[in-house]
Amino acid sequence: MWKVRVKLTAKSLRANWGMFAHSKLGPIGLFLIVFFLLFGLVHPLYLVYRGSDKIYDPVVGFAYDLLPEGNPHPPTLSHPLGTDILGRDILGQLMHSTAKAFMLGLIAAGFGVLISTLVGSIAAYFGGFIDSVFMRLADVVMLFPLIAFLVALSAAIEITLFKLAIILAILMGFGGTTIILKSQALTVKVKPFIEAARVSGGGHFRIILSHIIPNVLPLSFLYMMFGVTTAIFSEAILSYLGFLNVRMSLGIMIYTANDSGYLIGSRLGTYWYLWLPPGLIISLLCAGFYFVGRGLDEVVNPRLRER
Amino acid sequence: MALLEVSNLTMHYTTRVGDVMAVDSVDFTLERGRALGLVGESGCGKTSIAMTILKLLPENARILGGQIRFDGVDLVPLSEDQMRKYRWDHISMVFQAAMNSLNPVYTVGDQILEAIQHHMPMKERAVRKRIAELFNLVGLDPAVMDQYPHEYSGGMKQRAVIAMALSCDPSIIIADEPTTALDVIVQDRILKQIDKIREELNMGMIYISHDIAVIAEVSDRIGVMYAGKMVEFADTHTIFKSPVHPYTYALMSTFPSVKGDKRELVELSGEPPNLIEPPLGCRFHPRCPRVTAVCQEQEPVFTEVANEHFCACWNQRS
Amino acid sequence: MNNTTVEVVDLKKLFPMAGGLFSRKVRYIHAVEDLSFKIQEGETLGLVGESGCGKTTTGKLLVKLIPPTGGHIYFNGSDVATIEGGALLREYRRKVQMIFQDPYESMNPRKTVYDIIAEPLVVQKVGNIVERETMVAEMLSGVGIVPPDTFMFRYPHELSGGQRQRVAIARAMVINPSFLVADEPTSMLDVSVRTGVMKLMLQLRKEFNLAVLYITHDLAVARYMCDRLAVMYLGRMVELGETEEVLQNPLHPYTKALISAIPIPDPTFTREAIPIKGGVSKPVDPHPRCRFYDRCPVATDGCEKLEHPPLEDKGSGHYVACYEV
Repeated sequence: MWKVRVKLTAKSLRANWGMFAHSKLGPIGLFLIVFFLLFGLVHPLYLVYRGSDKIYDPVVGFAYDLLPEGNPHPPTLSHPLGTDILGRDILGQLMHSTAKAFMLGLIAAGFGVLISTLVGSIAAYFGGFIDSVFMRLADVVMLFPLIAFLVALSAAIEITLFKLAIILAILMGFGGTTIILKSQALTVKVKPFIEAARVSGGGHFRIILSHIIPNVLPLSFLYMMFGVTTAIFSEAILSYLGFLNVRMSLGIMIYTANDSGYLIGSRLGTYWYLWLPPGLIISLLCAGFYFVGRGLDEVVNPRLRER
Repeated sequence: MALLEVSNLTMHYTTRVGDVMAVDSVDFTLERGRALGLVGESGCGKTSIAMTILKLLPENARILGGQIRFDGVDLVPLSEDQMRKYRWDHISMVFQAAMNSLNPVYTVGDQILEAIQHHMPMKERAVRKRIAELFNLVGLDPAVMDQYPHEYSGGMKQRAVIAMALSCDPSIIIADEPTTALDVIVQDRILKQIDKIREELNMGMIYISHDIAVIAEVSDRIGVMYAGKMVEFADTHTIFKSPVHPYTYALMSTFPSVKGDKRELVELSGEPPNLIEPPLGCRFHPRCPRVTAVCQEQEPVFTEVANEHFCACWNQRS
Repeated sequence: MNNTTVEVVDLKKLFPMAGGLFSRKVRYIHAVEDLSFKIQEGETLGLVGESGCGKTTTGKLLVKLIPPTGGHIYFNGSDVATIEGGALLREYRRKVQMIFQDPYESMNPRKTVYDIIAEPLVVQKVGNIVERETMVAEMLSGVGIVPPDTFMFRYPHELSGGQRQRVAIARAMVINPSFLVADEPTSMLDVSVRTGVMKLMLQLRKEFNLAVLYITHDLAVARYMCDRLAVMYLGRMVELGETEEVLQNPLHPYTKALISAIPIPDPTFTREAIPIKGGVSKPVDPHPRCRFYDRCPVATDGCEKLEHPPLEDKGSGHYVACYEV
């Protein structure tokens, strides 16, 4: 029995892949994601290759090998993208931060969408009071003053990327996406096969888990892609504005450069290696997930397909 | 000369998965003042024929051959501009579920007004007078002209849509499943009304339906469609009392009736075929109780088997 | 002597209507009112009427998809009207199943045929995985989908309309119910496919000795499928009797008008439609008098003043709710 199910899953994956590959943006996005994923994963190997942790650690390293020249230092052979103002190897920082960006994005969006799917489906199924509660909660969350909250919080505790991921997950989970997924769940709930499931004897949770959620999941997955984009971009902006006290991230790299005055006027050109690499990666990474999302749109929404 | 003469009409759609042969070498005629019924199941091409006659085809559709002679003029080679003179003014259509496509934010009167003014410039007062005339013709109280679609019942909406189709005095109306969504009593009234209009205005009518009972009551002649082809064409009495095509015969036997003997219904195995890859030879052969070898290889030709009685079958019944 | 599987007594269902922005009074749609009938083991009762007459609501009440506002539903002797959940409801669901109108929308598009048919077994905890596979295969053969192994792992969109409806029937029957509610099971199928499905249902009815409530607006189909007919109008039953008797000798003015309006697929038959004015409306807070009064061609002053006429036996089990018969 399970052999057949595996075969069926493989068949449907192949069919969906065909549709995904057919869209123009999808495969481009996928390429970007895979490229940067490998880029981030390769960091430990890079450190091994370079040998010295004292020099190459992305947070506490220092370019002793470039002394007596000052920092930030333009690209050289031993530091292909140069060093930042604290003497840390930029290429290594990029790899490390990219890996962390993935972690942030996938945790925030993954848990966020998990929450929205569950909450949206439950709200749609039960309606009435439960629905009202979650919808009002979504309204509140969408109006939430994220920046003020983070400023206050950062005074009290250290906000690591992981904690940020959780906060974003909760905000995304109970916020706008819930409303979208709930309306998708509603379109499923009113279909006759749900009535048929009840007549067969199914209880509430069986129907929600076995019938409603599987029909909402494709849309959830789509919004997860957009969620990753939001998470990475939000972190970048928040770090740039100095509201987080994360130790190292793509946003922090730009923040560090800006805070020390290296992004003003003509310095923007001279010190391009301080802001262009992280900025480029943020944009491309976000674009990658967004394109995958758009590629998935056709797979998820049959009405968008060509005839 | 017949009012409408369709000969050897062929049309196909191109889709991502293949070409759909929606209408294949179809022949029939329609006389002035008479009613033709096109009957068949889903996918048989009856709606496609109507859209082809009016040349209201989507981008991926193409007429591959044949003629559509309206009053002697072949419509097939006409350009879109030329076609516009024929649509609505000479040949008009009540689309399937048209009553549900009435715009909810405009009054019914306004919608008909727009349709009329689009085709002939008339002052608003004159148009309203015309609409009142049309409403009387279809059995609606002219006063409801200024109401909104949601204030109309199903039957009233259908009458309004018919009024719209009549607005430019066409000589042919094509009605695609005009009463399918309506209750039986309303259906009866509307069918009677349509018949009255046809007689009064001496119009030609083409009824399209899957409901054989309705077609039996409203048509003078019937064309039976299957998988894009016309399999039999004759007057109503012949089709019901002495059908020669096995599909026609099966269709008649499969329809229960409230009157008459409660006879045993005949089961027809299989389902209507996929039009992208229809069966080789006769398209009905996989389901036909009279199938022989030739049916599986060659498509039967639509020929006259008796006076004004046409059929496409190698082994027709006698 | 057959047992009475289902007996409905004075069944009532009201739906509140939104009163409007400033109105405080709630209005009710009397979708079903004073409905009473019996269905014996092995018998098919047809519930017929036009849209809005309450037949679909009755079907849902009997399958307990919606709770009744009043009345009793006796199933094998016990009143199930007030059951809301738990073990009692699950028991009921083992014995009472439904076939839905839309063969496309009544199945989860992400589930295989096997999953769809096995669902009642899984939910009711019948059999283990191996046993279920056998039961599903047997059921598929039983509804004419052969060979079962080829079809078991297909998805609904890979099946034709007729095949889907057969799968729906298999799903309803796999748990061996004793009462089936069929809500217009053939109205969305192609004409040439309907007969096959209808014959299948007749065969299964005989094989399993089912009691069936067959809901349809098509009297010709009801004639073929049902032993007795109940005609509904605006939520109330106006006529009840053996099928041929009701169809060939209708007594209630509404039934007469309804039957006379049905098109006959025989060009030699001349049909005389009985004209009645007006159209069907919704039974919103209806007047307690006969609901057909406004449109009835034989209504009298008496009909205006009296309450809705009760169903009365006019001879050999032919019941009519009318003062003028």
